[in-house]
Amino acid sequence: MSKRVAIIGVGMSKFGELWNKSLAEISLEAGMYAIFDAQVKGKDIDGLIIGNMSAGRFTGQEHLGAQAADWGGLGDLPAYSVEAACASGGAAVRQAYMAILSGEHDIMLVLGTEKMSDVNQSMAMDTISVASDWEWEGMFGATFPALYAFMARRHMMEYGTTEEQMSLVTVKNHKNAVHNPWAQFQKPVPLEVVMKSGLLADPIRVLHSSPISDGAAGLVMCSAERAKEFTDTPVYIEASSQASDTLALHDRADICSMNAVVSSSRNALKVAGLAIKDIDVFELHDSFTISEIIITEDIGIVKKGEGGKAIEEGLTEIDGKSPVNASGGLKARGHPIGATGVAQIVELALQLRGDAEKRQVDGVEKAMSVNIGGTGATSIVHVLGR
Amino acid sequence: MAEKGVAQLWRKIKAIYTIQGDHCTTCDTYYFPPRVVCPQCRRKGQLEKYTFKGLGKIHTFAIVRQAPDTFKRQIPYIVAQVELDEGARLTAQIVNCDIEDVHIDMRVRSCFRKITEYGESGIIVYGYKFEPTMKVTGHE
Repeated sequence: MSKRVAIIGVGMSKFGELWNKSLAEISLEAGMYAIFDAQVKGKDIDGLIIGNMSAGRFTGQEHLGAQAADWGGLGDLPAYSVEAACASGGAAVRQAYMAILSGEHDIMLVLGTEKMSDVNQSMAMDTISVASDWEWEGMFGATFPALYAFMARRHMMEYGTTEEQMSLVTVKNHKNAVHNPWAQFQKPVPLEVVMKSGLLADPIRVLHSSPISDGAAGLVMCSAERAKEFTDTPVYIEASSQASDTLALHDRADICSMNAVVSSSRNALKVAGLAIKDIDVFELHDSFTISEIIITEDIGIVKKGEGGKAIEEGLTEIDGKSPVNASGGLKARGHPIGATGVAQIVELALQLRGDAEKRQVDGVEKAMSVNIGGTGATSIVHVLGR
Repeated sequence: MAEKGVAQLWRKIKAIYTIQGDHCTTCDTYYFPPRVVCPQCRRKGQLEKYTFKGLGKIHTFAIVRQAPDTFKRQIPYIVAQVELDEGARLTAQIVNCDIEDVHIDMRVRSCFRKITEYGESGIIVYGYKFEPTMKVTGHE
Protein backbone atom coordinates (compact mmCIF):
# COMPACT_ATOMS: atom_id res chain seq x y z
CA MET A 1 0.00 0.00 0.00
CA SER A 2 1.20 3.39 -0.95
CA LYS A 3 0.33 6.44 1.08
CA ARG A 4 0.52 9.00 -1.67
CA VAL A 5 0.35 9.18 -5.43
CA ALA A 6 2.57 11.33 -7.62
CA ILE A 7 2.31 12.65 -11.16
CA ILE A 8 5.74 12.34 -12.77
CA GLY A 9 5.01 13.08 -16.41
CA VAL A 10 2.53 15.02 -18.52
CA GLY A 11 1.81 15.12 -22.24
CA MET A 12 -0.70 16.62 -24.63
CA SER A 13 -1.63 16.38 -28.26
CA LYS A 14 -2.64 19.60 -29.93
CA PHE A 15 -6.37 20.28 -29.37
CA GLY A 16 -8.47 21.27 -32.36
CA GLU A 17 -9.95 19.86 -35.53
CA LEU A 18 -7.23 17.35 -36.36
CA TRP A 19 -8.44 16.07 -39.72
CA ASN A 20 -5.17 14.30 -40.50
CA LYS A 21 -5.00 12.25 -37.31
CA SER A 22 -7.03 9.34 -35.98
CA LEU A 23 -8.18 8.73 -32.42
CA ALA A 24 -5.41 6.16 -31.92
CA GLU A 25 -2.77 8.58 -33.24
CA ILE A 26 -3.67 11.47 -30.95
CA SER A 27 -3.87 9.14 -27.95
CA LEU A 28 -0.46 7.75 -28.79
CA GLU A 29 0.97 11.25 -29.15
CA ALA A 30 -0.21 12.39 -25.69
CA GLY A 31 0.91 9.13 -24.12
CA MET A 32 4.39 9.24 -25.64
CA TYR A 33 4.95 12.85 -24.56
CA ALA A 34 3.89 11.93 -21.02
CA ILE A 35 6.25 8.95 -20.98
CA PHE A 36 9.15 11.01 -22.33
CA ASP A 37 8.42 13.76 -19.81
CA ALA A 38 8.45 11.22 -16.96
CA GLN A 39 11.64 9.63 -18.24
CA VAL A 40 10.23 6.19 -17.59
CA LYS A 41 10.60 3.33 -20.01
CA GLY A 42 7.63 1.68 -21.66
CA LYS A 43 8.39 -1.54 -19.82
CA ASP A 44 8.17 0.24 -16.43
CA ILE A 45 4.48 0.94 -16.98
CA ASP A 46 2.26 -1.76 -15.51
CA GLY A 47 -1.24 -0.48 -16.28
CA LEU A 48 -3.11 1.85 -18.63
CA ILE A 49 -6.41 3.63 -18.08
CA ILE A 50 -8.03 5.73 -20.76
CA GLY A 51 -10.84 8.22 -20.22
CA ASN A 52 -13.24 8.42 -23.14
CA MET A 53 -16.91 9.20 -23.47
CA SER A 54 -18.12 8.01 -26.80
CA ALA A 55 -15.56 6.72 -29.26
CA GLY A 56 -18.12 4.14 -30.38
CA ARG A 57 -20.44 6.88 -31.62
CA PHE A 58 -17.83 9.40 -32.72
CA THR A 59 -15.51 7.02 -34.57
CA GLY A 60 -17.08 3.55 -34.53
CA GLN A 61 -14.29 2.10 -32.38
CA GLU A 62 -14.47 0.96 -28.76
CA HIS A 63 -12.04 -1.21 -26.76
CA LEU A 64 -9.63 1.72 -26.55
CA GLY A 65 -7.51 0.31 -23.73
CA ALA A 66 -6.26 -2.62 -25.76
CA GLN A 67 -5.85 -0.38 -28.81
CA ALA A 68 -3.70 2.15 -26.93
CA ALA A 69 -1.50 -0.57 -25.42
CA ASP A 70 -1.14 -2.16 -28.83
CA TRP A 71 -0.24 1.08 -30.65
CA GLY A 72 2.17 2.10 -27.91
CA GLY A 73 3.92 -1.26 -27.94
CA LEU A 74 3.29 -1.54 -24.22
CA GLY A 75 2.91 -5.30 -24.31
CA ASP A 76 0.40 -7.29 -22.31
CA LEU A 77 -0.27 -4.82 -19.50
CA PRO A 78 -3.88 -4.44 -18.27
CA ALA A 79 -5.59 -1.63 -20.17
CA TYR A 80 -9.17 -0.37 -20.20
CA SER A 81 -11.27 2.74 -20.68
CA VAL A 82 -13.62 4.43 -18.22
CA GLU A 83 -16.66 6.55 -19.00
CA ALA A 84 -18.41 9.26 -17.01
CA ALA A 85 -19.54 11.53 -19.87
CA CYS A 86 -17.56 14.81 -19.83
CA ALA A 87 -15.94 13.66 -16.57
CA SER A 88 -14.42 10.55 -18.17
CA GLY A 89 -10.91 12.04 -17.99
CA GLY A 90 -11.24 12.88 -14.31
CA ALA A 91 -12.58 9.36 -13.73
CA ALA A 92 -9.49 7.88 -15.42
CA VAL A 93 -7.18 9.91 -13.16
CA ARG A 94 -9.15 8.83 -10.12
CA GLN A 95 -9.10 5.15 -11.14
CA ALA A 96 -5.33 5.24 -11.50
CA TYR A 97 -4.99 7.10 -8.21
CA MET A 98 -6.94 4.36 -6.43
CA ALA A 99 -5.15 1.54 -8.24
CA ILE A 100 -1.75 2.91 -7.18
CA LEU A 101 -2.89 3.65 -3.61
CA SER A 102 -4.13 0.08 -3.31
CA GLY A 103 -0.71 -1.26 -4.26
CA GLU A 104 -2.11 -3.21 -7.21
CA HIS A 105 -0.31 -1.00 -9.71
CA ASP A 106 3.04 0.71 -9.53
CA ILE A 107 3.47 3.02 -12.51
CA MET A 108 0.49 3.80 -14.67
CA LEU A 109 -0.20 5.65 -17.89
CA VAL A 110 -3.44 7.65 -17.80
CA LEU A 111 -4.90 8.94 -21.03
CA GLY A 112 -7.95 10.99 -21.90
CA THR A 113 -9.05 11.13 -25.50
CA GLU A 114 -11.85 12.07 -27.85
CA LYS A 115 -12.10 12.39 -31.61
CA MET A 116 -15.24 14.41 -32.38
CA SER A 117 -14.60 15.75 -35.88
CA ASP A 118 -15.11 12.46 -37.73
CA VAL A 119 -18.89 12.96 -37.61
CA ASN A 120 -20.98 15.86 -38.89
CA GLN A 121 -22.31 18.55 -36.59
CA SER A 122 -25.76 17.00 -36.25
CA MET A 123 -24.34 13.64 -35.21
CA ALA A 124 -21.91 15.38 -32.84
CA MET A 125 -24.79 17.24 -31.17
CA ASP A 126 -26.75 13.99 -30.84
CA THR A 127 -23.79 12.25 -29.27
CA ILE A 128 -23.06 15.06 -26.83
CA SER A 129 -26.68 14.97 -25.66
CA VAL A 130 -26.37 11.35 -24.52
CA ALA A 131 -24.43 12.82 -21.58
CA SER A 132 -27.75 14.16 -20.31
CA ASP A 133 -30.87 12.04 -19.72
CA TRP A 134 -31.37 11.34 -23.40
CA GLU A 135 -34.70 9.53 -23.16
CA TRP A 136 -36.39 12.29 -21.15
CA GLU A 137 -34.50 15.44 -22.12
CA GLY A 138 -32.75 15.03 -25.48
CA MET A 139 -35.56 13.11 -27.15
CA PHE A 140 -37.98 15.94 -26.35
CA GLY A 141 -35.82 18.50 -28.11
CA ALA A 142 -33.65 19.73 -25.24
CA THR A 143 -30.22 20.03 -26.83
CA PHE A 144 -27.18 20.12 -24.54
CA PRO A 145 -26.85 23.94 -24.85
CA ALA A 146 -30.58 24.21 -24.04
CA LEU A 147 -30.03 22.43 -20.72
CA TYR A 148 -27.30 24.92 -19.79
CA ALA A 149 -29.60 27.69 -20.99
CA PHE A 150 -32.13 26.38 -18.44
CA MET A 151 -29.55 26.92 -15.70
CA ALA A 152 -28.43 30.27 -17.09
CA ARG A 153 -31.96 31.65 -17.27
CA ARG A 154 -32.75 30.69 -13.67
CA HIS A 155 -29.38 32.04 -12.51
CA MET A 156 -30.11 35.32 -14.28
CA MET A 157 -33.55 35.52 -12.69
CA GLU A 158 -32.56 34.54 -9.16
CA TYR A 159 -29.20 36.31 -8.88
CA GLY A 160 -29.19 38.97 -11.58
CA THR A 161 -26.37 37.34 -13.54
CA THR A 162 -26.04 39.05 -16.92
CA GLU A 163 -25.24 38.04 -20.48
CA GLU A 164 -22.24 40.33 -20.27
CA GLN A 165 -20.88 38.45 -17.25
CA MET A 166 -21.29 35.13 -19.08
CA SER A 167 -19.45 36.69 -22.03
CA LEU A 168 -16.60 37.98 -19.85
CA VAL A 169 -15.77 34.38 -18.93
CA THR A 170 -15.19 33.73 -22.64
CA VAL A 171 -13.02 36.84 -22.96
CA LYS A 172 -10.89 35.79 -19.97
CA ASN A 173 -10.43 32.19 -21.09
CA HIS A 174 -9.53 33.15 -24.65
CA LYS A 175 -7.03 35.67 -23.33
CA ASN A 176 -5.38 32.95 -21.24
CA ALA A 177 -5.31 30.45 -24.11
CA VAL A 178 -3.16 32.77 -26.21
CA HIS A 179 -0.21 31.44 -24.20
CA ASN A 180 -1.24 27.78 -24.28
CA PRO A 181 0.51 26.06 -27.21
CA TRP A 182 -1.99 23.14 -27.19
CA ALA A 183 -5.12 25.31 -27.18
CA GLN A 184 -7.64 25.09 -30.00
CA PHE A 185 -8.14 28.88 -30.03
CA GLN A 186 -4.91 30.73 -29.31
CA LYS A 187 -6.47 34.09 -29.90
CA PRO A 188 -8.29 36.72 -27.87
CA VAL A 189 -11.91 37.54 -28.57
CA PRO A 190 -13.41 40.94 -27.76
CA LEU A 191 -16.51 41.25 -25.57
CA GLU A 192 -18.64 42.76 -28.37
CA VAL A 193 -17.93 39.79 -30.62
CA VAL A 194 -18.99 37.33 -27.90
CA MET A 195 -22.15 39.32 -27.20
CA LYS A 196 -23.11 39.33 -30.88
CA SER A 197 -22.19 35.71 -31.69
CA GLY A 198 -24.98 33.44 -32.91
CA LEU A 199 -27.50 32.05 -30.47
CA LEU A 200 -27.44 28.30 -29.83
CA ALA A 201 -30.26 28.28 -27.27
CA ASP A 202 -31.15 31.65 -25.75
CA PRO A 203 -29.50 33.01 -23.70
CA ILE A 204 -26.51 30.85 -24.65
CA ARG A 205 -24.47 31.89 -27.67
CA VAL A 206 -21.88 30.05 -29.73
CA LEU A 207 -19.07 31.86 -27.94
CA HIS A 208 -20.44 30.87 -24.53
CA SER A 209 -19.97 27.24 -25.51
CA SER A 210 -16.93 25.00 -25.64
CA PRO A 211 -16.17 23.81 -29.18
CA ILE A 212 -16.20 20.44 -30.87
CA SER A 213 -12.61 19.22 -30.60
CA ASP A 214 -10.20 16.39 -31.14
CA GLY A 215 -7.44 15.88 -28.64
CA ALA A 216 -5.75 13.72 -26.06
CA ALA A 217 -3.91 14.27 -22.80
CA GLY A 218 -1.69 11.95 -20.81
CA LEU A 219 -0.15 11.51 -17.37
CA VAL A 220 2.32 9.10 -15.87
CA MET A 221 1.44 8.41 -12.25
CA CYS A 222 3.23 6.35 -9.62
CA SER A 223 3.56 5.91 -5.88
CA ALA A 224 5.20 8.86 -4.12
CA GLU A 225 7.91 6.52 -2.85
CA ARG A 226 9.14 5.88 -6.38
CA ALA A 227 8.58 9.35 -7.83
CA LYS A 228 12.05 10.66 -6.99
CA GLU A 229 13.64 7.91 -9.08
CA PHE A 230 12.29 9.65 -12.15
CA THR A 231 11.91 13.36 -11.45
CA ASP A 232 12.98 16.17 -9.15
CA THR A 233 9.65 17.90 -9.54
CA PRO A 234 6.90 15.41 -8.75
CA VAL A 235 3.41 16.72 -8.20
CA TYR A 236 1.23 14.99 -5.62
CA ILE A 237 -2.46 14.20 -5.61
CA GLU A 238 -3.58 15.47 -2.21
CA ALA A 239 -7.19 14.41 -2.65
CA SER A 240 -9.51 12.81 -5.18
CA SER A 241 -13.23 13.01 -4.64
CA GLN A 242 -16.25 12.10 -6.71
CA ALA A 243 -20.01 12.55 -6.30
CA SER A 244 -23.19 12.01 -8.30
CA ASP A 245 -26.51 13.79 -8.76
CA THR A 246 -29.70 13.05 -10.70
CA LEU A 247 -29.03 12.30 -14.35
CA ALA A 248 -31.78 14.64 -15.53
CA LEU A 249 -31.55 18.31 -14.73
CA HIS A 250 -35.34 18.52 -14.19
CA ASP A 251 -35.09 16.22 -11.17
CA ARG A 252 -33.08 18.75 -9.13
CA ALA A 253 -34.75 21.13 -6.70
CA ASP A 254 -32.26 23.91 -7.43
CA ILE A 255 -30.75 24.09 -10.91
CA CYS A 256 -28.56 27.11 -10.06
CA SER A 257 -26.27 24.87 -8.05
CA MET A 258 -24.62 21.51 -8.70
CA ASN A 259 -24.90 19.41 -5.55
CA ALA A 260 -22.30 16.93 -6.73
CA VAL A 261 -19.78 19.75 -7.14
CA VAL A 262 -20.59 21.11 -3.68
CA SER A 263 -20.12 17.76 -1.94
CA SER A 264 -17.11 16.51 -3.91
CA SER A 265 -15.20 19.79 -3.52
CA ARG A 266 -15.97 20.02 0.20
CA ASN A 267 -14.83 16.44 0.66
CA ALA A 268 -11.65 16.94 -1.36
CA LEU A 269 -10.68 19.98 0.72
CA LYS A 270 -11.37 18.07 3.91
CA VAL A 271 -9.19 15.15 2.85
CA ALA A 272 -6.40 17.53 1.80
CA GLY A 273 -6.75 19.47 5.05
CA LEU A 274 -7.16 22.73 3.15
CA ALA A 275 -9.60 25.61 2.82
CA ILE A 276 -10.66 27.03 -0.53
CA LYS A 277 -8.54 30.14 0.08
CA ASP A 278 -5.44 27.91 0.21
CA ILE A 279 -5.87 26.98 -3.45
CA ASP A 280 -3.68 29.06 -5.75
CA VAL A 281 -5.01 28.05 -9.17
CA PHE A 282 -8.14 26.32 -10.47
CA GLU A 283 -9.19 24.41 -13.57
CA LEU A 284 -13.00 24.54 -13.58
CA HIS A 285 -15.29 22.85 -16.09
CA ASP A 286 -16.48 25.67 -18.38
CA SER A 287 -18.25 23.59 -21.01
CA PHE A 288 -20.53 26.63 -21.06
CA THR A 289 -19.50 29.86 -19.41
CA ILE A 290 -22.47 29.69 -17.04
CA SER A 291 -21.01 26.48 -15.61
CA GLU A 292 -17.75 28.27 -14.71
CA ILE A 293 -19.84 30.88 -12.89
CA ILE A 294 -21.90 28.22 -11.07
CA ILE A 295 -18.86 26.13 -10.11
CA THR A 296 -16.99 29.23 -8.84
CA GLU A 297 -19.88 29.60 -6.39
CA ASP A 298 -20.38 25.92 -5.59
CA ILE A 299 -16.78 25.31 -4.54
CA GLY A 300 -16.87 28.41 -2.36
CA ILE A 301 -14.56 30.87 -4.12
CA VAL A 302 -17.51 33.25 -3.80
CA LYS A 303 -20.99 32.99 -2.29
CA LYS A 304 -23.93 31.62 -4.28
CA GLY A 305 -25.07 34.24 -6.74
CA GLU A 306 -21.82 36.19 -6.81
CA GLY A 307 -20.06 34.26 -9.57
CA GLY A 308 -21.03 36.81 -12.20
CA LYS A 309 -19.73 39.67 -10.12
CA ALA A 310 -16.48 37.76 -9.48
CA ILE A 311 -15.67 37.61 -13.17
CA GLU A 312 -16.55 41.28 -13.58
CA GLU A 313 -14.18 42.25 -10.77
CA GLY A 314 -11.32 40.17 -12.14
CA LEU A 315 -11.15 37.81 -9.17
CA THR A 316 -10.61 34.80 -11.43
CA GLU A 317 -8.15 36.42 -13.85
CA ILE A 318 -4.67 34.91 -14.08
CA ASP A 319 -3.35 37.69 -11.81
CA GLY A 320 -6.48 37.73 -9.64
CA LYS A 321 -6.94 36.30 -6.18
CA SER A 322 -8.35 32.97 -7.44
CA PRO A 323 -7.13 32.34 -10.99
CA VAL A 324 -9.50 30.09 -12.94
CA ASN A 325 -8.59 28.34 -16.20
CA ALA A 326 -5.15 29.76 -16.87
CA SER A 327 -5.05 27.16 -19.66
CA GLY A 328 -7.98 28.74 -21.47
CA GLY A 329 -10.39 26.19 -20.04
CA LEU A 330 -12.73 24.07 -22.10
CA LYS A 331 -13.90 27.18 -23.93
CA ALA A 332 -10.57 28.08 -25.54
CA ARG A 333 -8.27 25.08 -25.00
CA GLY A 334 -11.01 22.97 -26.56
CA HIS A 335 -13.19 20.20 -25.16
CA PRO A 336 -12.40 16.78 -26.60
CA ILE A 337 -14.78 15.29 -24.07
CA GLY A 338 -12.82 12.37 -22.62
CA ALA A 339 -9.53 14.30 -22.73
CA THR A 340 -10.69 17.30 -20.72
CA GLY A 341 -10.39 15.88 -17.20
CA VAL A 342 -6.83 14.72 -17.90
CA ALA A 343 -5.89 17.99 -19.63
CA GLN A 344 -7.00 19.89 -16.52
CA ILE A 345 -4.54 17.86 -14.43
CA VAL A 346 -1.78 18.35 -17.02
CA GLU A 347 -2.25 22.13 -16.74
CA LEU A 348 -2.25 22.09 -12.93
CA ALA A 349 0.86 19.88 -12.83
CA LEU A 350 2.66 22.35 -15.11
CA GLN A 351 1.52 25.25 -12.91
CA LEU A 352 2.81 23.45 -9.79
CA ARG A 353 6.12 22.64 -11.45
CA GLY A 354 6.52 26.25 -12.61
CA ASP A 355 6.52 25.06 -16.23
CA ALA A 356 3.44 26.95 -17.45
CA GLU A 357 5.54 29.58 -19.21
CA LYS A 358 3.69 32.78 -20.08
CA ARG A 359 0.48 31.65 -18.38
CA GLN A 360 2.27 30.76 -15.13
CA VAL A 361 0.49 31.87 -11.97
CA ASP A 362 2.91 33.13 -9.32
CA GLY A 363 3.83 30.90 -6.38
CA VAL A 364 1.48 27.95 -6.93
CA GLU A 365 1.55 25.53 -3.98
CA LYS A 366 -1.93 23.98 -4.23
CA ALA A 367 -4.26 23.53 -7.16
CA MET A 368 -7.78 22.22 -7.76
CA SER A 369 -9.61 20.76 -10.74
CA VAL A 370 -13.37 20.31 -11.10
CA ASN A 371 -14.45 18.03 -13.93
CA ILE A 372 -18.19 17.49 -14.36
CA GLY A 373 -20.21 15.08 -16.46
CA GLY A 374 -23.47 15.92 -18.22
CA THR A 375 -25.23 18.77 -16.48
CA GLY A 376 -23.47 18.01 -13.20
CA ALA A 377 -24.65 14.43 -12.63
CA THR A 378 -21.02 13.53 -12.03
CA SER A 379 -18.41 15.72 -10.38
CA ILE A 380 -14.79 14.73 -9.92
CA VAL A 381 -12.50 17.00 -7.94
CA HIS A 382 -8.75 16.67 -7.56
CA VAL A 383 -6.52 18.68 -5.26
CA LEU A 384 -2.85 18.72 -6.20
CA GLY A 385 0.21 19.96 -4.37
CA ARG A 386 3.96 20.14 -4.72
CA MET B 1 -29.87 10.19 -30.56
CA ALA B 2 -30.73 6.70 -29.67
CA GLU B 3 -32.20 4.74 -32.53
CA LYS B 4 -32.30 1.19 -31.35
CA GLY B 5 -35.69 0.39 -32.74
CA VAL B 6 -39.37 0.43 -32.04
CA ALA B 7 -39.29 -1.40 -28.70
CA GLN B 8 -37.36 1.41 -27.08
CA LEU B 9 -40.38 3.64 -27.68
CA TRP B 10 -43.14 1.08 -27.38
CA ARG B 11 -42.24 0.16 -23.81
CA LYS B 12 -42.81 3.70 -22.60
CA ILE B 13 -45.83 4.62 -24.69
CA LYS B 14 -48.09 4.93 -21.62
CA ALA B 15 -45.68 7.30 -19.95
CA ILE B 16 -45.18 9.62 -22.90
CA TYR B 17 -48.71 9.46 -24.35
CA THR B 18 -50.57 10.10 -21.10
CA ILE B 19 -47.88 11.53 -18.74
CA GLN B 20 -48.06 8.47 -16.55
CA GLY B 21 -45.54 8.38 -13.74
CA ASP B 22 -45.54 7.13 -10.18
CA HIS B 23 -46.70 8.22 -6.75
CA CYS B 24 -44.87 6.92 -3.68
CA THR B 25 -47.41 6.42 -0.93
CA THR B 26 -44.66 6.16 1.67
CA CYS B 27 -43.22 9.64 1.19
CA ASP B 28 -46.10 11.15 -0.86
CA THR B 29 -43.84 12.18 -3.72
CA TYR B 30 -44.90 12.19 -7.39
CA TYR B 31 -42.38 11.02 -9.97
CA PHE B 32 -42.14 11.72 -13.64
CA PRO B 33 -40.53 10.18 -15.66
CA PRO B 34 -41.59 6.86 -14.11
CA ARG B 35 -39.33 5.25 -11.56
CA VAL B 36 -38.84 1.60 -10.69
CA VAL B 37 -37.70 2.36 -7.15
CA CYS B 38 -38.55 5.43 -5.06
CA PRO B 39 -35.13 7.10 -4.82
CA GLN B 40 -35.96 8.57 -1.42
CA CYS B 41 -37.51 5.53 0.31
CA ARG B 42 -35.81 2.77 -1.70
CA ARG B 43 -37.02 -0.63 -0.33
CA LYS B 44 -39.57 1.04 1.96
CA GLY B 45 -41.15 2.89 -0.95
CA GLN B 46 -44.54 1.96 -2.41
CA LEU B 47 -44.91 3.13 -5.97
CA GLU B 48 -48.32 3.33 -7.62
CA LYS B 49 -48.94 4.31 -11.22
CA TYR B 50 -50.25 7.85 -11.46
CA THR B 51 -51.49 9.79 -14.47
CA PHE B 52 -50.64 13.45 -14.12
CA LYS B 53 -53.30 16.08 -14.77
CA GLY B 54 -51.00 17.75 -17.28
CA LEU B 55 -51.14 21.21 -15.73
CA GLY B 56 -48.20 23.18 -14.48
CA LYS B 57 -45.99 26.20 -14.91
CA ILE B 58 -42.72 26.94 -16.66
CA HIS B 59 -39.75 26.63 -14.31
CA THR B 60 -37.15 27.66 -16.89
CA PHE B 61 -36.88 27.64 -20.68
CA ALA B 62 -34.61 28.03 -23.68
CA ILE B 63 -35.22 28.95 -27.28
CA VAL B 64 -33.43 26.39 -29.39
CA ARG B 65 -31.89 27.84 -32.55
CA GLN B 66 -29.44 25.09 -33.45
CA ALA B 67 -30.60 21.51 -33.29
CA PRO B 68 -29.68 18.12 -34.68
CA ASP B 69 -31.38 16.97 -37.90
CA THR B 70 -34.28 15.38 -36.05
CA PHE B 71 -35.40 18.80 -34.79
CA LYS B 72 -33.96 21.09 -37.44
CA ARG B 73 -37.30 21.69 -39.17
CA GLN B 74 -38.79 23.05 -35.96
CA ILE B 75 -36.22 25.75 -35.09
CA PRO B 76 -36.56 28.17 -33.49
CA TYR B 77 -38.60 26.34 -30.84
CA ILE B 78 -39.17 26.71 -27.13
CA VAL B 79 -38.12 23.93 -24.79
CA ALA B 80 -38.82 24.21 -21.09
CA GLN B 81 -38.79 22.54 -17.74
CA VAL B 82 -42.44 22.35 -16.70
CA GLU B 83 -43.21 22.03 -13.03
CA LEU B 84 -46.38 19.94 -12.83
CA ASP B 85 -48.95 20.88 -10.18
CA GLU B 86 -48.30 17.56 -8.40
CA GLY B 87 -44.64 18.58 -7.91
CA ALA B 88 -42.64 16.63 -10.49
CA ARG B 89 -40.79 18.47 -13.21
CA LEU B 90 -40.30 17.38 -16.82
CA THR B 91 -38.69 18.65 -20.01
CA ALA B 92 -40.92 19.42 -22.99
CA GLN B 93 -41.48 21.74 -25.89
CA ILE B 94 -43.86 24.68 -25.52
CA VAL B 95 -46.15 25.18 -28.52
CA ASN B 96 -48.91 27.64 -29.52
CA CYS B 97 -46.80 30.37 -28.00
CA ASP B 98 -44.63 33.01 -29.66
CA ILE B 99 -41.01 32.93 -28.59
CA GLU B 100 -41.35 36.54 -27.39
CA ASP B 101 -44.23 35.66 -25.07
CA VAL B 102 -42.85 32.72 -23.09
CA HIS B 103 -41.80 33.49 -19.53
CA ILE B 104 -40.92 31.81 -16.25
CA ASP B 105 -44.04 30.90 -14.18
CA MET B 106 -46.29 30.89 -17.27
CA ARG B 107 -49.23 28.48 -16.75
CA VAL B 108 -49.22 25.65 -19.26
CA ARG B 109 -51.20 22.51 -20.03
CA SER B 110 -50.21 19.39 -21.87
CA CYS B 111 -51.20 18.56 -25.41
CA PHE B 112 -50.60 15.49 -27.57
CA ARG B 113 -48.22 16.10 -30.43
CA LYS B 114 -45.73 14.50 -32.76
CA ILE B 115 -42.35 14.96 -31.14
CA THR B 116 -39.93 13.79 -33.82
CA GLU B 117 -38.98 11.01 -36.19
CA TYR B 118 -35.88 9.02 -35.56
CA GLY B 119 -33.64 6.28 -36.78
CA GLU B 120 -33.14 5.08 -40.33
CA SER B 121 -36.64 3.64 -40.36
CA GLY B 122 -38.13 7.01 -39.38
CA ILE B 123 -39.99 5.86 -36.29
CA ILE B 124 -42.50 8.54 -35.34
CA VAL B 125 -42.48 9.60 -31.72
CA TYR B 126 -45.72 11.00 -30.31
CA GLY B 127 -46.00 12.40 -26.83
CA TYR B 128 -46.49 15.48 -24.71
CA LYS B 129 -45.78 19.09 -25.49
CA PHE B 130 -47.24 21.97 -23.48
CA GLU B 131 -49.15 25.09 -24.45
CA PRO B 132 -50.28 28.18 -22.55
CA THR B 133 -53.54 27.63 -20.66
CA MET B 134 -56.55 29.59 -21.81
CA LYS B 135 -59.37 30.94 -19.67
CA VAL B 136 -62.03 29.52 -22.02
CA THR B 137 -60.98 25.95 -21.30
CA GLY B 138 -61.22 26.49 -17.58
CA HIS B 139 -57.61 25.55 -16.99
CA GLU B 140 -56.46 28.90 -15.67
